[in-house]
Amino acid sequence: MNKNRSKEYDVIIIGGGATGAGTARDCAMRGLSVLLVERHDFATGATGRNHGLLHSGARYAVTDHESAAECIEENMILRKIANHCIEENDGLFLTLPEDDIAFQSQFVDACSSAGISTEIIDPKLALQMEPSANPDLIGAVRVPDGSVDPFRLTMSNALDARLHGTDILTQHEVTDILKEQDRVIGVELFDHGKKEKVNYYGKIVCNAAGIWGHHIANFAGVNINMFPAKGSLLIFGHRVNKMVLNRCRKPANADILVPGDTICLIGTTSERIPIEEIDNMYVSKDDVDVLIREGVKLSPSLATTRILRAYAGVRPLVAADDDPSGRSISRGIVLMDHKERDGLEGFVTITGGKLMTYRLMAEEATDLICKKLSVDKKCETASIPLPGSEKSEETLSNAGNKIYTGASITQKSAKDRHGSLAHKIANGDSNEDSMVCECEGVSIGEVKYAINELHVNNLIDLRRRTRVGMGTCQGELCACRAAGLLCESMEEAGKAKDDLANFLQERWKGMSPIAWGETINEIQFTSWIYEGIYGLKPENN
Amino acid sequence: MKKEIFKPYNVSDNNFEQCVKCTICTVYCPVLEVNPDYPGPKQSGPDGERMRLKDPEFYDEALKLCLNCKRCEVACPSGVKIGDIIQSARIKYSKSKPKLRDMILANTDIVGTMASTFAPIVNTAVALKPVRKVMDSVLKIDHHRMFPKYTGLRFETWYRRYAEKKQKEFKKHVSYFHGCYVNYNFPQLGKDLIKIMNAAGYGVHLLEKEKCCGVALISNGLIKQATKQAKHNVEAFKKSIVDKNMPVISTSSTCIFTIRDEYPHLLGVKNEEIRDESELATRFLFRLIDEGKLKLAFKKNYKKRIAYHTPCHMEKLGWSIYSTTLLRMIPGLEFVNLESQCCGIAGTYGFKKENYETSQEVGKPLFEQIEKSKVDFVATDCETCKWQIEMSTSNKVQHPVSILAEAIDVEATMKLWQE
Repeated sequence: MNKNRSKEYDVIIIGGGATGAGTARDCAMRGLSVLLVERHDFATGATGRNHGLLHSGARYAVTDHESAAECIEENMILRKIANHCIEENDGLFLTLPEDDIAFQSQFVDACSSAGISTEIIDPKLALQMEPSANPDLIGAVRVPDGSVDPFRLTMSNALDARLHGTDILTQHEVTDILKEQDRVIGVELFDHGKKEKVNYYGKIVCNAAGIWGHHIANFAGVNINMFPAKGSLLIFGHRVNKMVLNRCRKPANADILVPGDTICLIGTTSERIPIEEIDNMYVSKDDVDVLIREGVKLSPSLATTRILRAYAGVRPLVAADDDPSGRSISRGIVLMDHKERDGLEGFVTITGGKLMTYRLMAEEATDLICKKLSVDKKCETASIPLPGSEKSEETLSNAGNKIYTGASITQKSAKDRHGSLAHKIANGDSNEDSMVCECEGVSIGEVKYAINELHVNNLIDLRRRTRVGMGTCQGELCACRAAGLLCESMEEAGKAKDDLANFLQERWKGMSPIAWGETINEIQFTSWIYEGIYGLKPENN
Repeated sequence: MKKEIFKPYNVSDNNFEQCVKCTICTVYCPVLEVNPDYPGPKQSGPDGERMRLKDPEFYDEALKLCLNCKRCEVACPSGVKIGDIIQSARIKYSKSKPKLRDMILANTDIVGTMASTFAPIVNTAVALKPVRKVMDSVLKIDHHRMFPKYTGLRFETWYRRYAEKKQKEFKKHVSYFHGCYVNYNFPQLGKDLIKIMNAAGYGVHLLEKEKCCGVALISNGLIKQATKQAKHNVEAFKKSIVDKNMPVISTSSTCIFTIRDEYPHLLGVKNEEIRDESELATRFLFRLIDEGKLKLAFKKNYKKRIAYHTPCHMEKLGWSIYSTTLLRMIPGLEFVNLESQCCGIAGTYGFKKENYETSQEVGKPLFEQIEKSKVDFVATDCETCKWQIEMSTSNKVQHPVSILAEAIDVEATMKLWQE
């Protein structure tokens, strides 16, 4: 009946975040047959809901030496293997008058013992390097921070996994873990596209579902003590800073300002929430207030910069097994062999950690999977570049090789987003070069490339691949154009309309906590267009 | 108790962020309609600015195709200074250096001084076809273009010789910023202005030393020099306006627009002290009439049909109403209003070989309107519009001030205020 009954994978990986995609890549590169399943789309959980900060580890240097050392090592690796997802813009740790300057030397010492290079910068020079920094600063330390685009990073891992033979199923939600006695043999999935259940079988099932791994483990009959911590962030309309700005003090709320692509973002707050709330992320008024109030201390001009949207993510924190109360919580990597822990064969969980250490988490998980399958092959993910990241001679400036062309912006943007894979995007004819998203410079050619090659099921997926709708207008001009292209290639018209409504609703969700000033004007205008002109109705959502 | 002051919290003061992407500016851009190589005001302005803040490499040299007509700014319902954003980006990011040609076109006063010294030779030479061919191929100044004739007797020289003394006899006084065109090419306009102002009871004086407003320097990327001249002019204006309480009037819409708006917006030269008292002659006269302080008497036998063209910078200033209302006061003048459209020349833009086609395409609808209007001549406040319309249509162009000077009955007007 089910054609997949005959095929048994070596490993089924649950979760399309950075860890899941990274583990799929690592397993596939070591010759395993892999199935990667994800209930929505790549990077929809904590992976896509953080700062996009390429930590140097400096933030953890004083409080968590082990994390700091892991971060700097992975930081250097990512610069090599994922340069198209990364901006090497460095970071400054600012000491403000209200902070203790004595902390600076403690900080610098801790950094150097973790292997993080630091440079103490004269406040005046620091202001020249980063004019947006608070001019009252009394100290500054330069560290090798940077920005990383989590969507691109995850997609590149998934693409490479696919190149190495991995089967990928997005829009497939795990509804049960299949067991035979005390052994996991596969997963029961619900296909959201076809609205039907389907089973897949594998020798090992790897739970890489982040905070949702709590539920996955329950399906398998084991318990993992997870403590979700919500973090809220604000996205500003354009770049205020060129370097990452941090506070030189013990980590606290809203003290990192990261430039990322066309925008910059401030975060985060930290708040424990009940596990029942992890699918219902909202940003409260208090969160917004804290973020603005603290953000302005890093960079005063944030007070008069338009805010695009607010969002929140959930950190998957895991309580140590010997402490069910959750008092001793680790932020480090947690790898569980449920055979040893719970007597359940064929099931492993990789969780905890952070975006920065996704590759190391994947490596550790794959080592364990390989050991279980008696496969003896070394990990190569630290040295082989991800697709798109191969060093190319072309710099951004000559990506738009024809001056005097309307396409210059789209070509440069595409190069920025897809690295050396940008050549796959059709360009040069006036149709392919036409813009879908004007704020972010996304061409018709790029949208088509994403639809055909990057596992796009709907407009929200398309946004994560191309930045369609991520600009100042938040989908006002591009949503309908993109919906048209998507409809042409895959969807029926009725479904496309619902998809469009969903997309706009999701944009509004992020704008509502900060809906004032230009943002409210913009959203009003958007609703005139879509409800007034196109007749989109609430029942479409 | 301490009084709390309400401060709007977190509302953007970055002008480009006020753009709500309505795209109206794109519809009003005269270049975009004829030249698809230009990314358009929205893309070049607010959208492009975000990209450039991310990485200056996103600067696109195609921004030099912008005419700086500011029609996008007039159209924008959110008050985004789109034209200023584009021009500022050119100033900040452009790597292309001004060519010899650009320097010649931009330095209107230096070139004007030299050319007017040898006016007969220069005028004959630049009108010759072979010379124009050479300028076309060597300097890339399009051979279709006729240079305006240079005068042998500069306006400033004429004024000192023949007009200055008489001006002191009046009770009320204004300063006149004549600009390069009046000085080097067409002193008659300056003479016409003095005729009207004198008739209205005002003595006309020159600034201590005026320099070219610098509009062509700005558009050709010679920013340092433009800034220097702007600072000089603001000081000269202050001496008249602040020290002597004499407002400054001008007959060139572009000069006055540059001094009022481009100085602070593009060059960062502050002008608050002089801005309100610097205006166009037609606006100055209109306000006097409107306030009941002045009446004009016109000749009985004046009979003309004229069409008024609104220069882009008049559109931006919102001042064409003053010129047209004055013209409509003339009995015997049949007035035709042309739809406000860019003529395409945009100062030195249209002189450049690479822009010739765009320039003429932009102006085409206007030229057709003019040909259909069957008027005796066209009126406009801008000298470069005049050259463009005279080159591209069969009509002659006159400044509203010259038309007024022709139609006014000087003695009757003087009687009205002397009584």
